[in-house]
Amino acid sequence: MLEIKDVHATVGGSEILNGLSLTVNPGEVHAIMGPNGSGKSTLSNVITGRDGYEVTQGSLSFEGKNLLEMPPEIRAREGIFLSFQYPVEIPGVNNTYFLKAALNAKREHHGLEALDAIDFLDLAKEKRELVELDEKLANRNVNEGFSGGEKKRNEIFQMAVLEPKLAILDEVDSGLDIDALRVIAKGINSLRSPERSMILITHYQRLLDYIQPDFIHVLSEGRIVRSGGKELALELEEKGYSWLEKEPAA
Amino acid sequence: MSDENRALQELADSDYKYGFVSDIEADTLPPGLNEETVAFISAKKEEPAWLLDWRMKAYRHWLKMEEPTWAHVGYPPIDYQGVSYYSAPKSPEDGPKSLDEVDPELLATYEKLGIPLHERAALAGIAVDAVFDSVSVATTFKDELSKKGIIFGSFSDSVKEHPDLIRKYLGSVVPQGDNFFAALNSAVFSDGSFCYIPKGVRCPMELSTYFRINAATVGQFERTLLVADEDAYVSYLEGCTAPMRDENQLHAAVVELVALDGAQIKYSTVQNWYPGNKDGVGGIYNFVTKRGKCMNRAKISWTQVETGSAITWKYPSCILQGDDSVGEFYSVAMTANHQQADTGSKMIHIGKNTKSHIISKGISSGKSEQAYRGLVKIQRGATGARNYSQCDSLLLGDQCGAHTFPYIEVKNPSSVVEHEASTSKISEDQLFYCQQRGLSQEDSVSMIVNGFCKEVLKELPMEFAVEAQALLGVSLEGAVG
Repeated sequence: MLEIKDVHATVGGSEILNGLSLTVNPGEVHAIMGPNGSGKSTLSNVITGRDGYEVTQGSLSFEGKNLLEMPPEIRAREGIFLSFQYPVEIPGVNNTYFLKAALNAKREHHGLEALDAIDFLDLAKEKRELVELDEKLANRNVNEGFSGGEKKRNEIFQMAVLEPKLAILDEVDSGLDIDALRVIAKGINSLRSPERSMILITHYQRLLDYIQPDFIHVLSEGRIVRSGGKELALELEEKGYSWLEKEPAA
Repeated sequence: MSDENRALQELADSDYKYGFVSDIEADTLPPGLNEETVAFISAKKEEPAWLLDWRMKAYRHWLKMEEPTWAHVGYPPIDYQGVSYYSAPKSPEDGPKSLDEVDPELLATYEKLGIPLHERAALAGIAVDAVFDSVSVATTFKDELSKKGIIFGSFSDSVKEHPDLIRKYLGSVVPQGDNFFAALNSAVFSDGSFCYIPKGVRCPMELSTYFRINAATVGQFERTLLVADEDAYVSYLEGCTAPMRDENQLHAAVVELVALDGAQIKYSTVQNWYPGNKDGVGGIYNFVTKRGKCMNRAKISWTQVETGSAITWKYPSCILQGDDSVGEFYSVAMTANHQQADTGSKMIHIGKNTKSHIISKGISSGKSEQAYRGLVKIQRGATGARNYSQCDSLLLGDQCGAHTFPYIEVKNPSSVVEHEASTSKISEDQLFYCQQRGLSQEDSVSMIVNGFCKEVLKELPMEFAVEAQALLGVSLEGAVG
C-alpha cells in the first residue's frame, strides 16, 4: 500500500530524512519510535506532502501511484489521513461544516455524490459515539477552545468520518491523561480493519499497550535503525534509545 | 514561491467576473460642472424651486471646499470638469409600467449579474427599486407596501409625490456642506431611493436597491433617504456590481438614515464595484457619506461587505442623539491587487446611556492597502455611554498593508470605551490542516476567510449572507496554484 524507498528529505536546506525505507501493507499497524529530532514528524509531513518538505532522493508510492506528483489535498482524497500532533484552530469555521466539506471533496474525487446535510449528520452522529465526542464540540468552531484531549478526540472523529486507507497518527497520546488515552485507543482500535493501515508515531511505549502494532521501527538520524515486533518496544522502554544509536544501521 | 504565496498571487490575479458593458442609448450631459449643470439636472427632474435652491447652495459651498487628503489612499487628481453629471437611459414615453415594458437589454444585464428581477421579487419577497445609471426603471411590490403606508420609491418620484417629507428630512443628517463629496452629491445628485416607514409599522419585507454604473465617465451621485418614524422597523439591502471600464469612475453617494423614537433601521450593503485590473488600471472611486441619526431608544445597524472599488472612502456613522439609543457597525472589507480602502465608522454619543458596537474585519491581499479609521466620541452629556470596538485585519501575502487609526474622544467620565485590534495572517498550519483533510487550497483559503468574517456575515439577512459569501468566494477565486 505504502512504499517508501531510500527517501532523503530536507527542511529549510538541512537534511532530516537520510535514506529511509518503509513498506506498509494493507491492514498493518506500524509504530515509528525514536528520540526527538530523529525525523518522525518529518516522515509524516513528507508522506502527506506538506509545503517546505523537499524530497531530494528516493521514491514514495501509495497504491502504486507516485505520491510526489500529488498535492496534499489529492493525497488526502486518495486516502491518506494525518492525525496532527497539534491540531490547529480555525476560528469561525464550524467543525461539522468543515468535515462535511472535507468528506464531500473526497467523495467527489472518487466519483461519488455529495452527502446532503441530513445524511451527513446521521453519519457524524454514529462516528462521534466511537470517540465519545460531545455533540457540542462537534458543532463548535474547528478546534477552537478545545482542550488537548478534545482536540485529539476530534482528530480521531474526523478519521472515523473520512475512513482513510492509511492513517498516520502523530503523537496521538501526547497530552492525554490515562482515561482519555483509553477512549482514544478504543476509537482507533475500532477503526482497524484488514484494508486499513496505520502508522503510529510515538515517543513512548505506553500507547502501544493500548494499540498493539504489528511492527515497530526505531528511527534515528533520519533512517530506520531497527525493526522488530512489539517486543522491541519493551526493550526500548528498558534501555532507552541510546543503545541503538551507537549501533550501525540495521 | 510557497504554496500560500502562490495562492495569494492568483487570488490577487482573479478577473472581475461581472465586467461587461450594456449597450443602451443614454441621454447624457456633456462633461462639465457649473451652475447650469445643476439647473439642468434639477429641470430634467422637474424639481420644485426649493430643491433647486438647495442644490445651488450646496454647489456654491462645494466651490469653496477642498478635496480631503487625510485618508490613507493615493490617486491622481480628479478632473471634476471632465465628468458628465447626468445620464438617463431612454425609455419610451413615460417609462415602463411593468417589467414587460422594461428594455430587454437592461433586464439581460440584471440576469448577467445574477439578479433576475421578477424571480427575485416573487421568490424572495423583496421589493426592488432598480437604479440603472441615474433613473429608476422598475419598482415592484409598491402596492403591498403602500397598503401599510410605506413609501418606497425613486428619489425623483418621491420629490413629486411626497415633497413635505423630503423637504423635512433631506440634509437633516448629512447637511449640504458636510464634506467635499457630500456637497458635490448634494449639488448634482441624480437619483436614488426614498423610504418612509410610518409610526409603529414593521416593514414586512426587506427593501432592496441595486445600483449600477454604466455609461462611460458618468459619475454616479446617488442619494438615499430613509426615515423610520416612531417605533417603526425596516431592513434595507443595498448591493451593486459594475461593468468593466478602463477609466476611473467617480462615485459619491450620500445615504441619510433617520430613526425616530423607538425606531430600528438595519442597513445592509454588499458592494462589488469594479476594482480595476490587476495592474491597478480602471476601477471605481467610491467616496461615500453614510450617516444615521438615532432619537430616543432608536437603533441603527450598519452591516457591510465590501470587495469592490479601486478606492473606497467610507465611514458609515451613527449620531446617537436620543437617550438609550444604539448604534452598530459590522464590516467586512476585502481588498486585492492595487485596491485602496480607508474605511471605518463614527459613533457620536450625545444622549444618555447610549451604546455603540463596532466590528470591523479587513482582509488585504496583493499590493492593496487598507485602513480602518474610526471615531468614538462621547459628548459631555452622554452619561453611562458605552462603546466596544474590535478591528481585526487578515493579511494574505506579504505585499499588502493594513492600518488602524482609532480616534477616541471622551468628555464624560462615566462612560466606558473599549477598543481591541488584531492583525494576523492565514497561517501555513491552517492551510495545511485543511488541505490534509482533502480541501483544495482555494477552498481552504475561502473557508478560513469566511470564518474570519463570520461575526459580521451572521448580521446579514439570510439571502444576503449567502450572496456575500458567494462574493467573497468569487473574490478569492483563482487562489490556487
